[in-house]
Amino acid sequence: MSFEPAGRVREVPPSGIRRFFEIAEERDDVISLGVGEPDFATPWAAREAAIDSLERGRTSYTANRGMADLRAAISGYVADRFDLSYDASEEILVTAGASEAVDLAFRAFVDPGDRVAVAQPSYISYEPGITFAGGDVLPVATREADEFRLTREALAEAGAEEAEALVYCYPNNPTGAVMSREQLEPIADFAREHDLLVFADEIYAELTYDGEHASIATLPGMRERTVVFNGFSKAHAMTGLRLGYALAPAEAIGTMNRIHQYTMLSAPTTAQYAAIEAIESCAGDVREMVEQYDRRRRFVLARFEEIGMPCFEARGAFYVFPQVPEGWDADTFAEELLTEHGVAVVPGSVFGSGGDGHLRVSYATGMEELREALARIERFVDGR
Amino acid sequence: MSEREVLAALRENARYSTADVARMTGLSESEVEAAIEDLEAEGVIRGYRPVVDWDRLADERVRAEVELNVVLDRETGYADIAERLASFPQVTALRLVSGDYDFDMEVEGDSLGEVSRFISEKVAPVPEITQTVTHYVMTSYKEHGLELGDGDDDDRLSYSP
Ligand SMILES: Cc1ncc(COP(=O)(O)O)c(C=O)c1O
Repeated sequence: MSFEPAGRVREVPPSGIRRFFEIAEERDDVISLGVGEPDFATPWAAREAAIDSLERGRTSYTANRGMADLRAAISGYVADRFDLSYDASEEILVTAGASEAVDLAFRAFVDPGDRVAVAQPSYISYEPGITFAGGDVLPVATREADEFRLTREALAEAGAEEAEALVYCYPNNPTGAVMSREQLEPIADFAREHDLLVFADEIYAELTYDGEHASIATLPGMRERTVVFNGFSKAHAMTGLRLGYALAPAEAIGTMNRIHQYTMLSAPTTAQYAAIEAIESCAGDVREMVEQYDRRRRFVLARFEEIGMPCFEARGAFYVFPQVPEGWDADTFAEELLTEHGVAVVPGSVFGSGGDGHLRVSYATGMEELREALARIERFVDGR
Repeated sequence: MSEREVLAALRENARYSTADVARMTGLSESEVEAAIEDLEAEGVIRGYRPVVDWDRLADERVRAEVELNVVLDRETGYADIAERLASFPQVTALRLVSGDYDFDMEVEGDSLGEVSRFISEKVAPVPEITQTVTHYVMTSYKEHGLELGDGDDDDRLSYSP
């Protein structure tokens, strides 16, 4: 008898950010551009709905799939915003953050030994999720020359025709890349030709600048092989409330719910009340936040250009992904920037293949802090 | 369209430098200057003033919200009355509103005495004004969209995925 970790846990290394986190905690002058969540508080109307639900004692479990009113609201919202049509009673599963939805999809559809193609650089939870489910990760490196968009060539080069499934997020964490409908078409063709499931993490969909978000599930023949993940963490600034959802055909949602009903029962009830209100009355708050992010995005891109760190024009999420200056490796750059100038950024290598030589810089921070942080980065680069 | 974007940035913070507004909007600095000049010339932008939390200054500042009811006649319309009232430097805001009263007037002065004298001696005697109701401001919590509390510390983790 011992608490020796199980094999699949041992396979997953501890997070690469840990070391940086410890350095940052020791200083009190750190400006963090390492944050993957909004700097705004949840819109007040949504918070008030949560408070009101508590006052009325609405603190029991809900239906496994989530409150019917919330599913109806989500169904209307995704139809209106993203042209996605999902039935409220059978095709939506409300989860404890999009994180749970991602985990459920892997556990529901990945068998031991199945290969899952992961478009990288990417959000760091897919690889562990696939490993915990017993699957094998097949990294698919995207390239800066393609503005970090997934291409058919990249899929072919990685041998993704052998995979059972493909997972990606666009708008992308960490690069800020987005994909248009036209750019998704060859990916959809590839998935159909080689019979891949697609797990499309669209949690940053609302944070799309210069244009509309496109979902692969709206392309012909894709709805039946796609699970879409979305949630309230980013667009509605609700990270701590832990609420997300999966959209998929009835059968797939039923399968995911078979795990969810035993492992989660239901998503947080208070958060579900907040989410209904977020959909019903917070579109204006979202628009205002998106406008602010967009101003900061352009500001940060302009500053990196002035500093002389090449940075492709990110058009989504709240990240830019500049290259470190010639002669640096990103880990050392990030560490010295933190210890010498008190600016926290995340080295791109943390996000998988294709991330080397880059930094993830989050602009989910006020303009004053951004201005100061960029000035520090400029001094750091100029001082070399 | 560029005027709107410039305006949105300045409404966030009117002290953003031209260079920063240019970065935020993707315009050149001269385009930003031109947009600001146009907005000023069109009278869209009327000025730039700091948002002051008077409670943080030692100087006393007395402010009041005054509800005004007026009667109109053939010669005198709302605009005539408004013009007359707005000319007083003590009046910091004046709006025609719907509802139980006609004008919503904000008044500022250095003391309670000064403000009440102003209302009784300068405002109430205006022939068209039939009634004034004065509300002295006791505490202000939000001005021009800015909350005046101590603000919240950023309690987010310095790194998150
Ligand atoms: C791409 C992506 N997917 C999912 C999540 C997790 O979101 P949630 O808070 O809904 O679990 C994040 C959070 O950083 C993310 O960046």
